[in-house]
Amino acid sequence: MAEQSSVFDMIGPVMIGPSSSHTAGVVRIGRVARKILGKAPETADITFYNSFARTYEGHGSDRAIIAGLMDFKTDDDRIKTALDLAKEAGFQYKFKSVGNASVMHPNTVKVVATSGDRTIEVVGESRGGGVIKIGSVNGFGVGFNANLSTMIIMAADKKGAIAFIATVLANEDCNIASMAVNRKGKNDRACHVIEMDSKPSQVTIDFLKHLSWINEVIFIPDIDF
Amino acid sequence: MCFLFEDFKGWKQYCEQHQMPLHQAVIEYEVSEKEASEEKIWDGLANAYTVMKEAVQTGLTQDMTSRSGMINNGAKKVFNYPKPLLSKEFQVLISRALAAKEVNSCMGRVVAAPTAGASGIIPGVMVTFQELHGVDDRKIHEGLLVSAGIALIMEKRASIAGAVGGCQAETGSAAAMAAGAMVYCLGGSVDQVFNAVAITIQCMLGLICDPVAGLVEVPCVVRNASAAAIANSSAQIALADVSGVIPVDECVEAMGEVGQSMETRYKETALGGLAATTTGQAISKRVLIQDIEMLPDEDQE
Ligand code: SF4
Repeated sequence: MAEQSSVFDMIGPVMIGPSSSHTAGVVRIGRVARKILGKAPETADITFYNSFARTYEGHGSDRAIIAGLMDFKTDDDRIKTALDLAKEAGFQYKFKSVGNASVMHPNTVKVVATSGDRTIEVVGESRGGGVIKIGSVNGFGVGFNANLSTMIIMAADKKGAIAFIATVLANEDCNIASMAVNRKGKNDRACHVIEMDSKPSQVTIDFLKHLSWINEVIFIPDIDF
Repeated sequence: MCFLFEDFKGWKQYCEQHQMPLHQAVIEYEVSEKEASEEKIWDGLANAYTVMKEAVQTGLTQDMTSRSGMINNGAKKVFNYPKPLLSKEFQVLISRALAAKEVNSCMGRVVAAPTAGASGIIPGVMVTFQELHGVDDRKIHEGLLVSAGIALIMEKRASIAGAVGGCQAETGSAAAMAAGAMVYCLGGSVDQVFNAVAITIQCMLGLICDPVAGLVEVPCVVRNASAAAIANSSAQIALADVSGVIPVDECVEAMGEVGQSMETRYKETALGGLAATTTGQAISKRVLIQDIEMLPDEDQE
């Protein structure tokens, strides 16, 4: 999924400091988690791994992840005071540091967030310059960077599913940039991750959602919008 | 179109073939790769430059104390010091680069150009340049496009991340971008612009990334000032057509090679260089989180 960089990756992003990987990237990961959760979180357990583990306070990664979960963008002045704002909103969070997680990227953060009866788990890597990669969602390996429109479809693992989804999107003139499927056991559940150059219409998303073999459709727009 | 930002040679060829200035090729790249409209690109540049100017201003006027305390209003002290060493302009240049970078260290708004660690260099250089040479904002925006083109190639052929290529990749790339932009804005030829980049890389080559306590403060802030100075010295040399001898593409290649062979402790891990000094270690103990659960070496999945 190697994307060509944009001019605004070089002159940008406009962000709140200090670090594009430890602050801006972390805001973006938090924001993806927020989109996946679909609403304002009530609680969040956050684990900072490896290089993040020691420096998350000094780099303001703690404020950054909470800011992202509150749907702030990377250039939002309120990041600096995000922890206070969360408290005011009754949003409870906990931080934990884990070192030596050798299978993980040096800058990894895991978010377990809940709202009402919905709980999600998102693991994200901050890869430098604010670029992120979402490694897993609810235990499924995914691997998207959220700078395109991304759709995650949790569905029964059945024949023809990929072709079906691709056709539905093609009918809408959605250009698919990449599509990956991750399965948990044969004929069990599959997680489709589709990156598109444009946004599918709400009707299409709703159509996919109502199909009996599809459990869930999560749509994440380009993360800076 | 993808071929364009593979190397500097390709960029030059493309511009010659299509008889267009350097910045126009960058616009075409962005339009074709990102399906962006030209108007949106110019708006984005205008916004970025505004944020840069604001950062310079903020750093020189508001309280800039970082959470660790290592950064403590240095830019204002430099700006107000009564005795300029070379000239008032030089003093202002240095203090502006420091100012924008201090804003970054203190959780203020900046443009990562190309990264947050190097976010004081282009603002310090371009704001000062614009003031001295009276070029309009549009020209500066063109210069920023050129600097983006420079960074796109450096990202591809070397790196722009301290964790991958050391500090040469961050402050080095930013200095090269700034030098190229200035020469371009003064009407320099393609060769002069690229030569400014080549010379800057030569000056920044080998710089390690060794932030004390892993925070983007020391030596990052002062390196933004020195990189701003180097951008100016390189541009001055290139404008006079004094060749850097080694062509720009080869300089970038050397930068990539140096970055690759740099040991991990010099790549943002805070294990070497200044971070490993006695004082660096003591600061690190004081400001960093000590309560960490360590996984066993052979961790499961
Ligand atoms: S020392 Fe490292 S963190 Fe600091 S500016 Fe250089 S590359 Fe960035």
